[in-house]
Amino acid sequence: MSLAPIPDTSPDVSIRRVLEQLNSVILGKERQTRLALACLLARGHLLIEDLPGVGKTTLAHAIAQTLGLQFQRIQFTSDLLPADIVGVSIFSREDSRFEFHPGPIFAQLVLADEINRATPKTQSALLEAMEEYQVTVEGVTRPLPQPFFVIATQNPQEQVGTYPLPESQLDRFLMRVQLGYPDAASERALLRARDRRELLRELPPCITPETLTELQAAVTEVHVADALLDYVQAITAQTRRPGLYRNGLSPRATLSLVHAAQAWALIDKRHHVLPEDVQRVLPAVAGHRLIPVETAGTAPERVITQLIEAVPVP
Amino acid sequence: MKRKSPRPAHGEPLLTGEALSWLLAALAFSILPHFLNQPPWVPALTLACFGWRYAVLRRGWRLPPRWLLTLLTLIAIALVFAWYRTVVGRDAGVALLLLMLGLKLMETRHYRDAMLTVFLGYFVVATNFFYSQEIPVALYMVATILGVTFALVGLNAGERPPRFKARLGSAGALLLQSLPLMLILFVLFPRLPGPLWGMPQQARAGLTGLSDRMEPGSISELLTSNATAFRVSFETVPPPAAQRYWRGPVLSRFDGRGWRRDFSGAGQQLEGFGEPLRYTVSLEAHDKLWLLALDVPSETSEDATLTPEHELLAKRPVTQLKQYRVTSWTDYRMDADMGALRRTETLRLPAQGAERARELAQTWRAEAAGDEQFIARVLQHFNQQNFVYTLSPPALGANPVDEFLFQTRRGFCEHYASAFAVMMRAAGIPARVVTGYQGGEWNALGEYLLVRQSDAHAWVEVWLEDRGWLRFDPTAAVSPARIEQGIRGALVGDETRPAYMLRSGLWGQLRDRAEMLWDSTNYFWNNWVLGFGPAQQREFLRRIGLGHIDWAGMVILMTVLMTISGALSVLVVLLRRRRGDDPASRQYRRLLKRLRRAGIEHAPHEGPLDFAERAAALRPDLAEELRRLSALYAGLRYGRVGDATLVRALRSGVARFRV
Repeated sequence: MSLAPIPDTSPDVSIRRVLEQLNSVILGKERQTRLALACLLARGHLLIEDLPGVGKTTLAHAIAQTLGLQFQRIQFTSDLLPADIVGVSIFSREDSRFEFHPGPIFAQLVLADEINRATPKTQSALLEAMEEYQVTVEGVTRPLPQPFFVIATQNPQEQVGTYPLPESQLDRFLMRVQLGYPDAASERALLRARDRRELLRELPPCITPETLTELQAAVTEVHVADALLDYVQAITAQTRRPGLYRNGLSPRATLSLVHAAQAWALIDKRHHVLPEDVQRVLPAVAGHRLIPVETAGTAPERVITQLIEAVPVP
Repeated sequence: MKRKSPRPAHGEPLLTGEALSWLLAALAFSILPHFLNQPPWVPALTLACFGWRYAVLRRGWRLPPRWLLTLLTLIAIALVFAWYRTVVGRDAGVALLLLMLGLKLMETRHYRDAMLTVFLGYFVVATNFFYSQEIPVALYMVATILGVTFALVGLNAGERPPRFKARLGSAGALLLQSLPLMLILFVLFPRLPGPLWGMPQQARAGLTGLSDRMEPGSISELLTSNATAFRVSFETVPPPAAQRYWRGPVLSRFDGRGWRRDFSGAGQQLEGFGEPLRYTVSLEAHDKLWLLALDVPSETSEDATLTPEHELLAKRPVTQLKQYRVTSWTDYRMDADMGALRRTETLRLPAQGAERARELAQTWRAEAAGDEQFIARVLQHFNQQNFVYTLSPPALGANPVDEFLFQTRRGFCEHYASAFAVMMRAAGIPARVVTGYQGGEWNALGEYLLVRQSDAHAWVEVWLEDRGWLRFDPTAAVSPARIEQGIRGALVGDETRPAYMLRSGLWGQLRDRAEMLWDSTNYFWNNWVLGFGPAQQREFLRRIGLGHIDWAGMVILMTVLMTISGALSVLVVLLRRRRGDDPASRQYRRLLKRLRRAGIEHAPHEGPLDFAERAAALRPDLAEELRRLSALYAGLRYGRVGDATLVRALRSGVARFRV
């Protein structure tokens, strides 16, 4: 980062423009767009879960366009095979050898639509790529482009014809965001406005991939005080107490929590993380990882609130 | 020294220019006193090296190449050897240390080198105490240690050091934290009797004090010095002024002009009457053996001997401050039986000289009924004839006793003592001159008696049948004020008295007062810091119930105590960390307490900014201040920089916060 700030590329301005543009496409979902951006700035993969038609795909598409990333969409179906994702080698008659045809996963941003419609075998092919940032096809390891994000969407698991992601694989998503129905005013605006698909096509990129890399570097520079780590560890310890949740938060989840909170603080124009940042990102980071033992008593959205209230801020 | 500076290890802190500048300043500060102790070229060369290093830093000079550095090191060693003819011992060792410190800085490029010079710096501070251990020096050294520690804090503060005051505060806190360890070491470290090993016996030409020879003028010489001779603390009631005769060298051999000590092998007897006086003397260094004691000492602490002349002598010359306890009788009978040899010795007069005095003494003795009557007549003569007690008597020629008695009649105590003793011997009465001090100034602040060099005095002892040696002070006959009011009272009106005796009026009184205060401070320092030797250490340990402990026990106890205090400090740090007990948190808790009294309860899980917003909604009148203080706290608690000024701002903000 240069010493003399150029207004248009300073982190604050870049982030504000990205958020403004996302919110102009996805109406009335400021919190979710912000979480999604925080997730990407923290170099995490994002899972959007909700009913069909609330704008999951639109959000993913808008993010790709706004960040100026090379974009691929994979529609997951029950007959999708791993090779459809990673690519195949085909024998080329002219060269008399096998030639690799990369699959749609070779993109900077991959939208995995309705991920829980595919079989576990196909799911795991994607999830491996998410973790390793590389794919291995026929014994040859090929790196994925940089940056590499997966935004996956899934329908609520009660729906028929789905293969729910196992917990171990859910852990690979930094955040799970639920969109929910828009409020009345936003829905009215949506109805009055132009067609979203048309709008998406015209959406200009707000930042360059270089700026995105810089922003990601800035996230790691956000100061995490010892007192804040005390707080994060207290939260983790609370989730691991017996009798509350089926599994406590893993070390990877704890690390994700810190990264996400750093990104949230950066979006909030701060150079240090506050307990508030942790509390804001905690539902998205921990919601898909924590399953209460006593499911009957508590509404799903209350689970994280209870966790926050159980841990005093240092 | 010839080792090349190592490359900085991975993760080693950077040596910043600012840190190095402060280090140079602190080291220079610690070297300055050596201008008084060393030939000036040694500290000057060291400072020149510092200057070079500073010029490298600020003016773009270059550090010397390795061959030059090696050459300079050899030259430095050669210079020290040429000057001192050795490279070991106190003076040569210190000179070498200073020069090597300077040269070390010439190859200081990295953090590790700088840290090494910091420790050398502490060592340089310690070397100053080889030369003087007085209070001003000690204060200067405390300041120096603070300076070097400040440089140490700066070295470890990284590239964005906290402010000057914050760093100074950390250095001060470090020193305060080391205080308990220092006290443990001071009290328990085994003391060696006698001077520090390997310390050279310095030629103490500058020291004043009594000598084993008295000639006309030798005691009045001492009067020009206002310096302290010794100080005395009494366990019993101090004696009245007229009885404060401090016995020093006893001079029995007269050569016609001066008196000298004589060594007789005879034994000694002393019978005391009434209650003896018990007291402790702390004697300044005078490089002689005398241990001054109130007339007449009978017992003393172990490392001194009583001579047949009832002098108290140390085993070694008193080259540093010495403390000893004495028991003395002021009502006594001394050597009632005297051997023939001693009798002859104390009657002997040279064949020539003092003819008129002898003649007069013999005439008066013949006229008197007994020895006492004769003595009374001589004293009366001094009192009633026109004898003058003065600091500047005229010079005396070849026959000093006669010249003084019959011509000049102006003299100081040594003239009177000498003449009196000669007359006694001439009349067949054994007599000898005793030198020492008379009087002393009572310091009410420190409750001790201060005896100065200017209290030096000489008087006479006369041996009478059945009564033994008796003290007679002819000076008292000439100038009773000398004994009753001390030397300053006796010399009022004497134009030649030294300047310190001329003080008068309010200003003079204030100066006397201030001097007394300073002196009692020094006395405390001497008694409890410098004088804390093996005997005092044993006494202290006995008082806390550890009387039987030996040096090995002391070392074990010391180690145990230091381990405990080390463990305690680690515990405190850990506890503080666990409680999140930093200054900002304390202030924030105060703020929350005030809000709670106003009915705004902070939920344990609420972050500072969230809570500020909620409280602001409840009390819009406080919103602005609440947001400001909460943001300040959040920044201090979770932010990167802990700034003392921000903590102060938070503290004053919370203090002013009214619900």
